[in-house]
Amino acid sequence: MSRTITIDPVTRIEGHATITIRLDDAGDVADARFHVTEFRGFEQFCVGRSIWEMPGITARICGICPVSHSISAARAGDAILGVSIPPAAALLRRIANLASLIQSHALSFFHLSAADLLMGMAGEPSRRNLMGLLSSRPEVARGGIRLRQIGQRIVSLVAGESIHPSWAVPGGVREPLSAAHREQIALLLPDGFAIVRSALGLLEEIYDRHGAEISAFGDFPSLFAGLVSEVEGELEYYDGVLRFVDAGGTVVEELPPAHYDLAIDERAEPWSYMLFPYYRSRVGEADGGMFRVGPLARLNICDAAGTPEAERELVRFRDLRGQGRTVTGSFHYHHARLIEILHALERIGEMLDDPELLDRHVRSDAGINQERGVGFCEAPRGVLFHDYEVDADGVVRRLNLLIATGQNNLAMNRTIRQIAGTFIRGGKFSEGILNRIEHGIRCYDPCLSCATHAYGRMPLRVLLLAPDGTVLDEAARSPLTRPSATLSPGERV
Amino acid sequence: MNKAGTTDRIRFATVWLGGCSGCHMSFLDLDERLVELAEAAELVFSPFVDTKEFPEGVDVTLVEGAVTNRANLAMAERVRERSRIVVSLGDCAVTGNVTSLRNLFPVEAVLAPFRAEDGRSGKAFLDYTSIPELLPRALPLHQVIPVDGYVPGCPPDADRIWEAVRALLRGEPVALAESMRTFG
Ligand code: SF4
Repeated sequence: MSRTITIDPVTRIEGHATITIRLDDAGDVADARFHVTEFRGFEQFCVGRSIWEMPGITARICGICPVSHSISAARAGDAILGVSIPPAAALLRRIANLASLIQSHALSFFHLSAADLLMGMAGEPSRRNLMGLLSSRPEVARGGIRLRQIGQRIVSLVAGESIHPSWAVPGGVREPLSAAHREQIALLLPDGFAIVRSALGLLEEIYDRHGAEISAFGDFPSLFAGLVSEVEGELEYYDGVLRFVDAGGTVVEELPPAHYDLAIDERAEPWSYMLFPYYRSRVGEADGGMFRVGPLARLNICDAAGTPEAERELVRFRDLRGQGRTVTGSFHYHHARLIEILHALERIGEMLDDPELLDRHVRSDAGINQERGVGFCEAPRGVLFHDYEVDADGVVRRLNLLIATGQNNLAMNRTIRQIAGTFIRGGKFSEGILNRIEHGIRCYDPCLSCATHAYGRMPLRVLLLAPDGTVLDEAARSPLTRPSATLSPGERV
Repeated sequence: MNKAGTTDRIRFATVWLGGCSGCHMSFLDLDERLVELAEAAELVFSPFVDTKEFPEGVDVTLVEGAVTNRANLAMAERVRERSRIVVSLGDCAVTGNVTSLRNLFPVEAVLAPFRAEDGRSGKAFLDYTSIPELLPRALPLHQVIPVDGYVPGCPPDADRIWEAVRALLRGEPVALAESMRTFG
């Protein structure tokens, strides 16, 4: 079984992620790897920064979920100050976080995946995108644009801006909510409900279209992890306990999220800039301690949704997609995302009626009281941790960022192995099969750690390699051109 | 007439180098204006479409992000070769911004999380046949290729992007009002 993989370096991997597939002697898939190719180094350059700057800096890790990063950073700051924040501030952070989830999930479902789901995985590549959807299914595409806009609009009504608001701070938030803005948010919700309900109505068509394939899209047993509310075990995005559930639905561990590092560790592989988090107590098992996070995991670990319409959909989801048990296929992340949007709209609606929401007191004041603080929340793609150690002035001395997408790294690699293994036989494949493999990654909607993201943007190159490393089928989707020069960076600096 | 020699829609592209995607998200915040854009221009390469190779004969390319690694460098050069107008979109492309905060540290220190049990770390550990090597410093786009226009902001908001895009589609120079020339 020993074989060599040879992939020509830099020139062949422009873009931010690549996949390589290794074939055995018979031309069947022996291995597949998902390489994340961009790295920005936040954990290093944030050392020496003050906790007051951290929400603003770490928001720039990601333009899709800046709100989740700034909230986690602010919460780490809360813990370092040792304060409990005013109730209105907690409500506002929750609303912004859920609104951010709405826009991010809308982006994933409508802007990025719907073209595959509704126009076919093997559809014409130049039309397989939002623009193509705008002409073939305009009502769906426009609904998606509107739903994302609703999420972004709520974020900006609460936090001042839709992307990188300077709003969440250690101790609370900068601005209270005005009554006028509360009314404007309330007026956006009915449209959101209508769009997500009609998207749920598309699922039948989507499942009919992909009936034969769904079992290949990352369907395997694994652990699932995320937050649930402390007493009721409901869907929870801001607080609660960190729960791990196995594929049979049994709770294997629950711990305070601030102690995440007792449960999760991470390792590096030389072939990817994305680390591989794993569940410590199962690292010796065949899957290396794999667990999944994000929409599918959250629906698998909770005891109940906690809002009426989402609860009805959750029961249906478990019946339809998991025969009443844990749902193990990653294709169902799409369905899970829509249920989460519904839940988020319901929860935002509830919070708008909270009598404390408009309180003007939104920030607690204190100095540096603790040396370490862990902030966390459920980001759109899964549970996110910011863990800071500071000196007496609140200057960060060490930090660990455990990003949601990273936690799905093992599962994403396993998923592309499963899809490739199912569709590639005897060394042959088509463009449509490449797109299926790529879609396996899209199911997770990865936000590749700091700068990389698996939009269709990923110039995904799949090389089929024979055991000796020769390229068997070079069928990339368009002719490859090498960069014009191989200047050493020094010459350009 | 566009560069490809047809009277069709403008050939329009967006590219994402070392940035957070926030500039692209702000671009998506054009919302319904995206429909208008789709009528006036063909999006020939972008994070949002499946084109795998940056095409020839592009009229206008917006570039998000700083140039951080060899793959970014190669991409920037290709974008320049194949685009009539290249615009730096957002502070990372314009100045390096947050992405260039790593320049305060040597690359080896930035790569510290990548280490093996045998103690090898950073460059000695990473396999540069699978992933691109970081440049010694993250650079603003114009330090690598000539750039025709700048749209600052972190991110530039959708109205600002729309001003720039509309001017470009009309073939006019990008002349943002003073209030639209702020950073951050
Ligand atoms: S300029 Fe700001 S929004 Fe744009 S990529 Fe850089 S950090 Fe993100």
